[in-house]
Amino acid sequence: MTGLQWDWTMVWESLPDLLLKFVEVTLLVTILGSIIAAVLGLIIAIARRSAPKPIAAVLTFIVNFIRMTPIVVQLLFAYYLFLELDPVTIGVIIFGIHYSTYMAEVYRAGIEAVPDGQWEATTALSMSRSRTWVAVVIPQALRSTIPALGNYVISMFKDTPFLIAITVTEMVRAALVFGGNHFTYIEAITTAGIIFLIASYPTSLLIGRLEKRLAFSN
Amino acid sequence: MGDNFDALIGALPMVGEGVWITVQLTIGGALLALVIAVALGLLARFKNVVLRGIARVIIEFFRGTSLVVQLFWFFFVMPQLGIELPAMFVGILALGLNYGAYGAEVVRGSINNVPSGQWEATTALSMSSTQRMWRIIFPQAWALMIPSLTNLLIQLLKGTAIVSFITLTDLTYATDKLRNSTDTFFAYGVSLLIYFLIAYVLTLIMNALEVQAKHKLGRGESLREALSFRTPRSADGKAGIS
Repeated sequence: MTGLQWDWTMVWESLPDLLLKFVEVTLLVTILGSIIAAVLGLIIAIARRSAPKPIAAVLTFIVNFIRMTPIVVQLLFAYYLFLELDPVTIGVIIFGIHYSTYMAEVYRAGIEAVPDGQWEATTALSMSRSRTWVAVVIPQALRSTIPALGNYVISMFKDTPFLIAITVTEMVRAALVFGGNHFTYIEAITTAGIIFLIASYPTSLLIGRLEKRLAFSN
Repeated sequence: MGDNFDALIGALPMVGEGVWITVQLTIGGALLALVIAVALGLLARFKNVVLRGIARVIIEFFRGTSLVVQLFWFFFVMPQLGIELPAMFVGILALGLNYGAYGAEVVRGSINNVPSGQWEATTALSMSSTQRMWRIIFPQAWALMIPSLTNLLIQLLKGTAIVSFITLTDLTYATDKLRNSTDTFFAYGVSLLIYFLIAYVLTLIMNALEVQAKHKLGRGESLREALSFRTPRSADGKAGIS
């Protein structure tokens, strides 16, 4: 069998299934995972700055270890350790933790970009440590970090098919199942790829524009 | 714990084979990605709208559709089109194209970041555009792009862990088999440690490449000096702490 055999009816037939899984799993994991990553990343960044040196060093090692090892292996590890947990829940937690190590770096750069004068001013006003962070440093640090955080959300989004390793039926696995049942993979897998492209490309353009605007106004 | 180590020693040939497949995929994928990144990165800078457009479409396509989708496309769809490819080839192809597309943006950005005085100097010396790129601009851009390429290389290594989806028996696959005879924590702990060590070695190699690239530009010490135990030389060439 040679030549391109593209059947549009297969595209329309697979589409509802793919879109359902896209919303139910792919988007859900991306959104919840991003929230965990954004919060945990900030906590890590603050802890690395304010914790005593030895603790900060240990934390740095753990963060590097998580960042330099594959998500797929981390997913499988957690999956076998917590067999009683739902795989989608494991996915959300592991994606959240893995990407928090990247986001912590983004926050670190953002925090370092806050001028020393701001810190000195809070001392002069005898603000408490927590109030300094919440009212002065974090609001200024966050602004410049938004585009970089957004790029990691897109990366996470495109990594969601890794969930196939722990038996989750997300969009790409749904495409494979459809292909297997209909003896043709080309339409369903291509459609899944196009859905990724349609969702991620405009978002990355938007982030690029945001980045330029923030750079300009600074 | 002793049982775990006994099981690990018994499974060593299998784990070793898995590591070898992971390393082959990483090196093969990285070399292909580098070629694609340089080619697309240069193409994306052309004045010609058609050539630039082609580069942009390829870059955005392979960045925007997920790595797993690309892997499955080459593995499941190509045979349907009459092209049977070995799994190893598919793995290297998908990794190379995906990370090559990301790398193209790094290459393009680094070339644009070479100071404009360097470009003007090549015009003043009436160099041809090929001479300008390969003798003046690219060596400087190369030193600029290595840190970002290092990040991508680690991403690529981590990306290889999905190849068991297409029947390859890499380190991740071997870990799953090892788990049958040890406890989960031990098997995955060992596996993560091996991945970490590979990533660490790759980072060291890339750092060495960066030192060498900067030395060739007359900045910083040579690789041999950097690795020696002698007193480091400061920027002005005198011995001492820089």
